[in-house]
Amino acid sequence: MTDLTRLPAAPGVGYKPQHFTEIAADPGPVRWIEVHAENYMGDGGRPLAQLRALSERFPVSVHGVGLSIGGEGRLDPDHLARLAHLVDWLNPASFSEHLAWSTHDSHFLNDLLPLPYTAATLSRVCDHIDEVQARLSRRMLLENPSSYLAFAESTWSEPDFLAEIARRTGCGLLLDVNNVFVSATNLGFAPRDYIDAFPLDRVGEIHVGGHDADTDDAGAPLLIDSHGAPTADPVWSLLGHTLGRAGPRPVLVEWDTDVPDWPVLAAEARRAEAALALCEVAA
Amino acid sequence: MTLRDTLRDAPGAPVRQSRTTGTGRPDPEAAGTPRPPAPARPVRKDRTTGTARPDPAAVSQQDFRDALLDPARPVPKGLTTGTGAPAGRRYDVYRNNVAHSLREALEVGFPTVRALVGERNFTVIADAYLRAEPPSSPLMMHYGSGLPAFLEAFKPLEKLGYLPDCARLDLAMRQSYHAADAAPIDPAALSRHAPERLAALRLHLAPALRLVPSKWPTFSIRNHALDRDSPKPPARAETALILRPEFDSIPHIAPPGGAAFVAALAKGHPLGKATEAAGPTFDPGPTLALLLRHGAITGLEET
Repeated sequence: MTDLTRLPAAPGVGYKPQHFTEIAADPGPVRWIEVHAENYMGDGGRPLAQLRALSERFPVSVHGVGLSIGGEGRLDPDHLARLAHLVDWLNPASFSEHLAWSTHDSHFLNDLLPLPYTAATLSRVCDHIDEVQARLSRRMLLENPSSYLAFAESTWSEPDFLAEIARRTGCGLLLDVNNVFVSATNLGFAPRDYIDAFPLDRVGEIHVGGHDADTDDAGAPLLIDSHGAPTADPVWSLLGHTLGRAGPRPVLVEWDTDVPDWPVLAAEARRAEAALALCEVAA
Repeated sequence: MTLRDTLRDAPGAPVRQSRTTGTGRPDPEAAGTPRPPAPARPVRKDRTTGTARPDPAAVSQQDFRDALLDPARPVPKGLTTGTGAPAGRRYDVYRNNVAHSLREALEVGFPTVRALVGERNFTVIADAYLRAEPPSSPLMMHYGSGLPAFLEAFKPLEKLGYLPDCARLDLAMRQSYHAADAAPIDPAALSRHAPERLAALRLHLAPALRLVPSKWPTFSIRNHALDRDSPKPPARAETALILRPEFDSIPHIAPPGGAAFVAALAKGHPLGKATEAAGPTFDPGPTLALLLRHGAITGLEET
């Protein structure tokens, strides 16, 4: 694991500007922060000043949401250049992105869209990751998506697909256990089976976060990866299962919409801290 | 989501360092950080064998994208539930996510327009705009630059002639917020120059400065829209001058003649020529004082 990330195997949170004063005064259990790369690609002002100040106190994970690594087209060279600028300036402890696409035909859709798992998409994603890692001169982590539907054309399971990407490109993986739970509920598989099939030795970071519940046309449960609620109990339990198998890893609490006051987020981080303590005791 | 993150302030955030560390601009490109060259990309055969796919269930990203932005289109075939049934409503999760996130970005980015037309009308405008002009870059902080022109051409809003300029002001506030930092000059530096040399002096203006000219009282309309207790807009033309002393962009009304003066300074004209550009009776004093007081002059250069 140590060669996959420089983040500590401790709780982190997705950084929100409204928490700046409190996190700087007393981070509680939080030992590192994660920021969305695209929010820090302006020329200056408060966002970059805050990030600079925080980076002097905490290891920072830069988490991209706009590179469209799963896109059919080539990676946007301008965006890759902006990312390289940010990473050169900040020298973050980690850079991660998603197994998803968001740009097609120069239109950016501001969502993480799904791709089928086939020989063709495997080769394309690997090309893109090779390009990113060469451009940034560092290893990246790739995150498993939340799925609401499946592709009839897929020929790979998601854990096998991600394992093969990691094997071919040398990248690490970011395992979002909330995404696993959401996808498992939506597509009807057992979340622990997914974890047990996942290449845990390649995991450099783990995410937890909240989801919303809905139903599909047939009345079947449909979970939405909203990042707008506390992490659900079965997801904490899945985190415990994962840490028990993988050993301690950096664990991030994501909360992106209806962001709560700092004490609520810090309490979530404390739960992550407890899960990490438990897995160290077990080991 | 991302826009909201970017625009929401941490009130009273004690970040003062960037001012004193000052010229250390956060833009790594400006700091001249060397970057590794982009690697030559090997061309893989499987990417060049054409777009024809053998699998009839294959869903191209073109198909996926087109149906995302057009709710009237059917859900692409080949998308299923976990048990192989057609995806149906599940596809709508992506439709909703895309529309919701873009609408929210516009709401956060155009607070004046939203306050003026109300939430329900803004949703209608945003839904039309996001389908006509989806973002062309992953930098959501720039999304909506086409909205002023879109509003101008939007028939139902014909009567609200001031709306496009209000959108321009919202946009300029956002651009100012994300503009590069620059340390201001000591306000006394100007008076250290001999009076006869002042006319030849070129002033460098802060990157966060923005001018928004308008034939409407756009500055006052914005104030009244965002704070109903503020005075009703007078019937006059106002040019807004946005200044950012540190991290908070603040709009002002440009003093009489001040808009032409600042525009000439921004073009690089020296002080004398810029004063002439503002008219024969223009007194540059009040505008210069405003610029100095808000840290908007970042350098002096003899010409």
